[in-house]
Amino acid sequence: MLRFHQLGMKLRTLFMRRKAGAQLDAELRFHLDRQIEENRAAGMSADQARYAALRAFGNPALLRDQARAAWSWNGLESLLRDLRIGMRTLGRAPGFTFIAIGIMALGIGSNVALFTVVRGVLLKPLPFKDPDRLVRIYEADAHNPVHNRVAVSGADFFDWQRQQHSFEQMALLTTSGYDINLSGSAGQLPEQIAVQQTSWNLFPMLGVQPALGRLFTAGDDAAGANATVVLTWGLWERRYGADPHVVGSTVFLDTKPYTVIGILPSWFSYSDPTVQLWTPVYHEETWPGLTTAHGAHNFQVLARLRPGVSLVQAKAEMDAIQARIRKRFPTGPIFDAAAVVPMLEAQVGPIRTAIYVLFAATGCLLFIACLNIANLLVARIASRRKEIAIRAALGGSRARRFQEQLVESALLSLGGGGLGLLVAWLTVQWLVHMRGDLPRVYAVHPDGISLVFGVSVILLCGLVTGLVPVLSFHDGQILHTLWESSRFHVGSHGKVRLRRVLLALEVSLTVVLLACAGLLLKSYQRLRSVDLGCVTKDVLTMSLDLPEARYATPVQRLAFFEQLVERVRALPGIEAAGLDTELPGIGHQRDDAFTIQENPPLPQGKFLDASVPSTDPGLFQALGIPLLRGRLFQPAERLEDAEVAVVTPAFVHEFFPNADPIGKHIVDGNFDGPHSFQIVGVVGDVRESIGDPPRPTIYYPLYRGDMSFAFLAIRTHTDPLAYAVPVQKIVAKMDADLAVGHILTMEEIVGRSTLGASFDATLLSIFAALSLALAGVGLFGVLSYLATQRTGEIGIRIALGAQREQVLRLMLLDGLQPALFGLILGLAASAAATRFIRSLLYETQPLDPAVFAAVAATLLLVAALACMAPAWHASRLDPMQALRTE
Amino acid sequence: MGKPSDLLQGTLDLLILKTISLEPMHGWAIAKRIQQVSREVLQVQQGSLYPALHRLEQQGWIKARWAESETGRQARFYSLTAAGRKQLEAEAANWTRLSAAINLVVSEA
Repeated sequence: MLRFHQLGMKLRTLFMRRKAGAQLDAELRFHLDRQIEENRAAGMSADQARYAALRAFGNPALLRDQARAAWSWNGLESLLRDLRIGMRTLGRAPGFTFIAIGIMALGIGSNVALFTVVRGVLLKPLPFKDPDRLVRIYEADAHNPVHNRVAVSGADFFDWQRQQHSFEQMALLTTSGYDINLSGSAGQLPEQIAVQQTSWNLFPMLGVQPALGRLFTAGDDAAGANATVVLTWGLWERRYGADPHVVGSTVFLDTKPYTVIGILPSWFSYSDPTVQLWTPVYHEETWPGLTTAHGAHNFQVLARLRPGVSLVQAKAEMDAIQARIRKRFPTGPIFDAAAVVPMLEAQVGPIRTAIYVLFAATGCLLFIACLNIANLLVARIASRRKEIAIRAALGGSRARRFQEQLVESALLSLGGGGLGLLVAWLTVQWLVHMRGDLPRVYAVHPDGISLVFGVSVILLCGLVTGLVPVLSFHDGQILHTLWESSRFHVGSHGKVRLRRVLLALEVSLTVVLLACAGLLLKSYQRLRSVDLGCVTKDVLTMSLDLPEARYATPVQRLAFFEQLVERVRALPGIEAAGLDTELPGIGHQRDDAFTIQENPPLPQGKFLDASVPSTDPGLFQALGIPLLRGRLFQPAERLEDAEVAVVTPAFVHEFFPNADPIGKHIVDGNFDGPHSFQIVGVVGDVRESIGDPPRPTIYYPLYRGDMSFAFLAIRTHTDPLAYAVPVQKIVAKMDADLAVGHILTMEEIVGRSTLGASFDATLLSIFAALSLALAGVGLFGVLSYLATQRTGEIGIRIALGAQREQVLRLMLLDGLQPALFGLILGLAASAAATRFIRSLLYETQPLDPAVFAAVAATLLLVAALACMAPAWHASRLDPMQALRTE
Repeated sequence: MGKPSDLLQGTLDLLILKTISLEPMHGWAIAKRIQQVSREVLQVQQGSLYPALHRLEQQGWIKARWAESETGRQARFYSLTAAGRKQLEAEAANWTRLSAAINLVVSEA
């Protein structure tokens, strides 16, 4: 009954507020009138009676508010009122509002976008069954931390599988995809597509179900089985128009027939997005050494830990197994330990720092944005001091003003945040588009959690931008304020101090961002100016992969390669053309362990190792790699007569520090049996990866005919891309099933290998520039405000004979002070912060003095510019005008 | 601010409920009555009276209606509801218990 009554009461107070308000007024008036009457009856005059009654009654407006506060919905009512007031206040200063909302949108947007990336790439569990127990296993050298994550040899895997007890399952995969020719059918062109091989148990281990058809079984994964292939969803959609009849049909890979048995689900992507075909490893790898050659490190191993087995236990067991293997095979590149790394970590570990740095930078940017808006709000409060003081004098409560201020800030951050979520969405699309090369970038989607994060950030921003101005309210100085602002005054320094502290903080954060951006830029510049060791201008490259079935013998392969180069060279406008199994700048491809015939046998456990590209005689000229000593390969050195090798200065430095390499013999066991190659020349070093020093390298003659794939490099007189189609036509004429892949200029290869660095540096520079602009605006705002506040004082100074230059200096110093404090603080903070980006820097020290000096100079320049205008304006004051203003 | 202390908060409710339990009264009269009955010891400030009246009304213990006052002007008269009467009994009993207890403690010394 009572509840029912209360509900009725609530509804009535909600819907009949206006009437209730009028009744309350009438009620209070009645009370006051009765008091007056009583006073009159006691013999007071009419005026006296009224004054006495009013005095006894107190502040009628306040009393009314207090009575209303007892009503239900009072909170809602005052909130609505504050919203209305807030909107109106913001609407009155549209410029300020637009800027503030824009700043907020950028800050919140970039934060939410980076959060989405951090979550999607680094934090979200892998999309597989029970992903916490999935690990990647590497081989490792217990005594050399450089070799802490080495690819696994098929033979080691074979032994692991039989001896281990820590894992439920272990799957063998090639380390990455490699290109294969997918023949065209029904008018389609042939295409080079990345294929990855795996043992059949990978998909069951990951818990992946096919979208269509079936995945591999143990029966498919054997040497004698029928050839089978599984397509990714992307390839199925793109090349086969998502036709379900593709399952069960035959496709030709390197001209050999394969039955398509199934389609992977659309979300599946491993190891990298380019892999679009999967084949069973034991069917594909027919090399007899697969299960016996412990030194051939060609695979990655994924495994699922048994329940209850920890990473440490698993590693201990794998270490022991691998140490036993090493004991059995004391020579050659065989390792004595293992590394067991969570699968997610193995995938995203290398890019973690870069992403977190960018995330931190967006955090700084947002914080600076909040500080700036808070600062602007404080300025506005300061200019509304008189109004606020009057409200306080009239009984306006502090809490109400807090609420009003918070609502205003909340409106700003809501507007900025709403826009920011849009910005975030766009930014994520852009990032995914730009950085398709990042692992797991396919997992990046803005989702509910991003939204929750966004909303939390918005609330936090509202709170920060609201609380700071609220802190600047000074109560208990009502009279002082009123009195003070009735005539010009010599500055209320309390409020200004708060703004200066905020500014100094803002400037110091800006300095940190500038320093990080500067270091990354310098590092990027260093990286770009690295000499790869070859010509990069006007060079076109593409890859070719001769199908085993059609090019089974060395003679066939040699014939194709030789003819191709000849025909390409015959094209008009070609300066040089050559073939190489590895191009500078595309990353490490292959290395072999070898011995030097003339040297004494190596101590046990040691082996020599170098990169081993194979080239045709013309490659060095095509890429402009200089001959330093001896000679290059001769066209006559072919097939069995090609037992020669060319080495590089890095090779000589490492293996012949005090001897002449020419005429010495390299023995490499990785051909069909050990082969001895005589060193005939030394050519200039090239870099496999732009950020790494040149590795010791042995060039073998491609014309031996044992390699079936190569990159074609063409140096042209004019635009190299114009030759892409003519060269492709030559290839098509020679073999219609042969696809050409990776058509890139050398400049594009360099661009790709510096993509990460350029991306990080660009983004961070944008963030730093935005912060700098914000800090500049902040300085300008504070000094302008100070100048207006001190108009009277400056007027007096000038009237009393102060020189304009003096006033200018005074004002400039006033404005530059917080900038200087911020700069010092920021430089100190940068010194600490830049250590964290050390791993992203190339040949750049975290405390690079030039960068720090440039940062300081830039900041001071911007600060001086920001302060100049208001200071100049102040020094030009007309004293008469100034003294009259208030 | 001349707000009554927290102790008085509940006490004021009891005084109001008790006062209007005899007959419906308007705010002015309630204040006057409390003042008279307490022999001028208890002065109810308007700043506390009206918020208290509106709070009690929101809680459903008292109800208000407009009627002609002794001077012929319209005034807001408050009277107890059934729930208010129960509340009054509860609070009065509570007060008796509490004041007796306090008396015991105070006279002990």
